[in-house]
Amino acid sequence: MNNFLLLPIIIPFFFAMILMFGQKKIAYQRITTLLGLVISIICAAGLVLNVYENGPQIVTFGNWPVPFGITMVSDMVAALLVLTTLVLTFFIVWYGFGSIGKEREQFFYYPGVMFIITGVNGAFTTGDIFNLFVFFEVLLMASYLLIVLGGEKAQLRESIKYILVNVISSALFVITVAYLYSVVGTLNMADISLRIAEINQPGILTVIAVLFLLVFGMKAAIFPIYFWLPSAYSAPPIPVLALFGALLTKVGVYAISRTYTLFFTHDLSFTHELLLILAVITIVAGCIGALAHFDVKQIIIYNIVIAVGVILFGVAQMNEVALEGAMFYLIHDMIIKAALFMLIGIVIYVTGTTNLRKMGGLIQTYPALCWFFLIAAFGLVGVPPLSGFIGKLLIIQGGFEAGNTWSSLLVLASSIIVLLSVMRIFIYAFWGEKGQLSENVQKSKYNRMFIPTVLLVILSIFYGIGTEWLTPFMGDAAKILIDPSIYTDAVMKGGE
Amino acid sequence: MKTNDVIIQFTAKIVFFMIFFYAVHIFFAGHYTPGGGFVGGLVTASAIVLLIVAFDLKTVQTILPINYIYMVACGLILALGTAAFSMFTGKPFFTHFFDYFNLPILGKTSLHTAALFDLGVYLVVVGVTMTIIQTIGEDE
Repeated sequence: MNNFLLLPIIIPFFFAMILMFGQKKIAYQRITTLLGLVISIICAAGLVLNVYENGPQIVTFGNWPVPFGITMVSDMVAALLVLTTLVLTFFIVWYGFGSIGKEREQFFYYPGVMFIITGVNGAFTTGDIFNLFVFFEVLLMASYLLIVLGGEKAQLRESIKYILVNVISSALFVITVAYLYSVVGTLNMADISLRIAEINQPGILTVIAVLFLLVFGMKAAIFPIYFWLPSAYSAPPIPVLALFGALLTKVGVYAISRTYTLFFTHDLSFTHELLLILAVITIVAGCIGALAHFDVKQIIIYNIVIAVGVILFGVAQMNEVALEGAMFYLIHDMIIKAALFMLIGIVIYVTGTTNLRKMGGLIQTYPALCWFFLIAAFGLVGVPPLSGFIGKLLIIQGGFEAGNTWSSLLVLASSIIVLLSVMRIFIYAFWGEKGQLSENVQKSKYNRMFIPTVLLVILSIFYGIGTEWLTPFMGDAAKILIDPSIYTDAVMKGGE
Repeated sequence: MKTNDVIIQFTAKIVFFMIFFYAVHIFFAGHYTPGGGFVGGLVTASAIVLLIVAFDLKTVQTILPINYIYMVACGLILALGTAAFSMFTGKPFFTHFFDYFNLPILGKTSLHTAALFDLGVYLVVVGVTMTIIQTIGEDE
């Protein structure tokens, strides 16, 4: 079955279509969405095992020979990210039953979610640079819908900014692809990689590399171009925010890692040095933001920026240890950000405010919520048995091996600030005297939000404990990132 | 003051069919000459827009009682179905098939599954355009 790798993309797409019928029937919408996600998760899990046993899976659309058709490539990196995306979406959709609200559910919320994961999975799987652009647009269009759905004043204001920034970056993406096409004359990623290796990356390709960094950096929110993210992400309701925080910036991170490990590997002293510097400044900027705010949403949103910096710091090292760490950290961060957004969503629901200063003493009324938040917070920071530890450890180790001692120490130090920022939520919201509590908290609604959140936190604990079982998968992913020839060989042979 | 739109309404009734058949022509001509599903869909939508201009939204909705959102969904399912059909025959996704057939009136004709995909595109374009125009038109 060489088409198997397409199923995690096609199934959500198909379910999005059938969800467009029966718009007002909430039960139908919910059940169909969950059913589609479960089937996709099973397929994606099968895909991961398949890739693990048989190497990268390739299919070229329309039975065309390789560089001429659109190739879809599912290597270990893509397969793991696709599986994580689907699992997270499952929990976030489940969480949304308790909090998204009837009006949104009746107005294409679920098709929007399904289209967004079609785009995300497609962007992870594609092996064609222009197809990557198309899948970016698929997920961005769906995200425009989700960010504005509901039509509150803040959402309308922020969606204007969000759309404007993304339209500009998409236009830049097209221009960059046009540049690249005029230089190498192909769009297939494996073919581009081979041709760049042939001409040994002259100056113009380094310019294109920086342009790609600009384009994907705008999606991934790296240092000089992360300005849109904090305000845009504060607008939509929590389940949508969890979806965005867990998936959207990570697609940009993935695209940077892919282009910088597959294409532009011949002028490391310029491109990767630039990536390193930007990653470090991104971490610093994120840290400043995370400490400056007393708004729970903003604190976690700035933690996204920090994590993007840490992952890209790992990618910039270009050695196998750091890339394995970056893979570990990327997937950890997707899981833990979704969990944290879901947790603070519950905190906001029970207190009725996002202002930390007004909260307090939640531990007396909601002890379970408190302890799960603590576990998630420690997981985010990287306390040893939990999920964030191994990724950061490997990234720092890779940093030392590459000789970037000071910046590695700075990344280590940033963990303390991350700890401080989430502990502040813990101390202000859960400890101390009783603060503001929302009056109309329904127990059933609370439970409906709480159960998926807890399951996701437990999943992140297993991700931390089960490092040993995950290492072979991550090692495979790191191998393909460090050695582009595995990727190009697999694609070029796959067409015969 | 009551306006009398008799000329534009009379012309629109005739011109609607001319535009519509031209759209069908463009749609089928797409494989060998410029045209195809996208342009055909836009021209069809413009024919319906002409009716809306000449009459009004309510009248056109009674003449063409179509739920355009369902039309978009059907178009998408048709396009995906055409693309996915080849998966069941063991070929890669999006492999198209064609052959020559002797049709009763048209004679020897080549039929290609790409036309079905184009039909999906056509339905989506008409559906999306009309949804946009209707929602803006109904908005108070």
